Amino acid sequence: MTRALRPVAVPLLLLAGLEAFARTVGRNSDAVAPPSAALLALARAFGDGSLWQATGFTLGAAALGLGLGSAIGASLGLLLGLSRRAAATSFLSIEVLRPIPSVALIPLAMLVFGFGAAMEVSVVAFATVWPMLILMQAAVRQVEPCLLEVSAALQLSPWDRAVKIIVPAVLPRLFVALRLGVAVALVVSVTVEIAANPNGMGYALMIAQQSLDPALMLAWLFWIGAVGYAINEAALFAQRAMARRMGEVAE
Amino acid sequence: MRRLDPRALVASVLLLLGFVALWWVVSHAGWLSRAFMPTPESAFAALVQGMISGPLAGYTVATIGRMVVGWLLASLLGIALGTLIGNSPAARTWLQSTLELLRPLPASALVPVAIAVFGLSSSMVLFVVAFGAMWPVLLATIHGLASVPRRLEEVARALQLGRLAFVWKIGLPNAMPDILAGMRLSMTVSLIVSIVGEMIASQQGLGQTILLAARTFQSSELFAGIVLLGAIGFASNSLLAIAEARLLRWQRA
Repeated sequence: MTRALRPVAVPLLLLAGLEAFARTVGRNSDAVAPPSAALLALARAFGDGSLWQATGFTLGAAALGLGLGSAIGASLGLLLGLSRRAAATSFLSIEVLRPIPSVALIPLAMLVFGFGAAMEVSVVAFATVWPMLILMQAAVRQVEPCLLEVSAALQLSPWDRAVKIIVPAVLPRLFVALRLGVAVALVVSVTVEIAANPNGMGYALMIAQQSLDPALMLAWLFWIGAVGYAINEAALFAQRAMARRMGEVAE
Repeated sequence: MRRLDPRALVASVLLLLGFVALWWVVSHAGWLSRAFMPTPESAFAALVQGMISGPLAGYTVATIGRMVVGWLLASLLGIALGTLIGNSPAARTWLQSTLELLRPLPASALVPVAIAVFGLSSSMVLFVVAFGAMWPVLLATIHGLASVPRRLEEVARALQLGRLAFVWKIGLPNAMPDILAGMRLSMTVSLIVSIVGEMIASQQGLGQTILLAARTFQSSELFAGIVLLGAIGFASNSLLAIAEARLLRWQRA
């Protein structure tokens, strides 16, 4: 066996095992289906458009929530990074809000917004505010003191100081925070759909299980994993490309 | 950040109280519907009453128990499997890419599959919690074992340590910071998956309580549940941070 085959050997063996099991012992099972049947179900979902619609919904809600959460987190982080007094004052409020698990807000979002995109966006936004806020605050604190001295010497206004000195200096780390946010946003949006929101990939997975269609269920599970993997890799690639362009050594 | 400057502490308490006061004004002025914005005092009353005479205390214990047992299982499994895989370069080449591939899968996506396989039971939720929370510990253990410094390996060879002694005396202590960081992340995952599991599989606990409260428009109970879940998250995270600082004291020396 060649070296290149090694990483895929175990998954292939497992899939073959599942195929054999589902075709013999578990033939009438509501829980397992042969991977080949799952592949067919995936192809059917491709064909009738339900796959794209659900994927689009989940990714759209995740992206909107990430955008909203990151914007709030980044501006708060900028503020708290610049002013030690603001950071010390808001410390307690942040420590009280931050540990609330984002999924605990699903019922509240459901009450306020009803089902649909808005509730999902709000929960994703809540979850993505924190990593952005923390990383941004740390990044602003670690801006080269020389740069701040330059801005003082030039007598820049606070706004100019933020826009012309601080933001460019923290941009590479802002992208690191965004990449982490992408992973969080995807996980949270799928979770919201599984727990409550009747839309998107998570709901499709849930409904496939409830209608006792294990092939479709495994197809969705595989698809959610594949989409998550692809998007995380793409985000990592984009972040590294950005860091290289800015002359930083990729982390 | 953790320096206790008394003036800043007072200011931060005042800001928090200010937020609560804002909540009080907003809810009393009726700017937002009572259906989802209870007054602070009614949320507090629901919390106290539920804890003392209602079922809230029992649900809290159930959720904490699920989270802790799942987390312990996840940590044990993660460290054991991680040691097996991380200790052998062969196992790493065969398995690492599969593990990396599975990592971004949301743990909650396994709930429907687990329902199909195990049915709606509390052991099903426990299984998903343990399985979902295992990944951070597993990957951290593998990473920590794989990054033992060259010199320590040479020391082990010079001392003629056996494989087991090497893992126990050098490998795992070296991986400890990674493992503890993974275990902290895994605790967060455990709480989240416990809540989702309770919501979907109708297992008694805070997750189910807040979902039912929302469905029956009992916003006071809903807020009480959210406050309790926040408290659980805060307490578990702080306890682990303290434990981590103590366990790793020897490294900074």
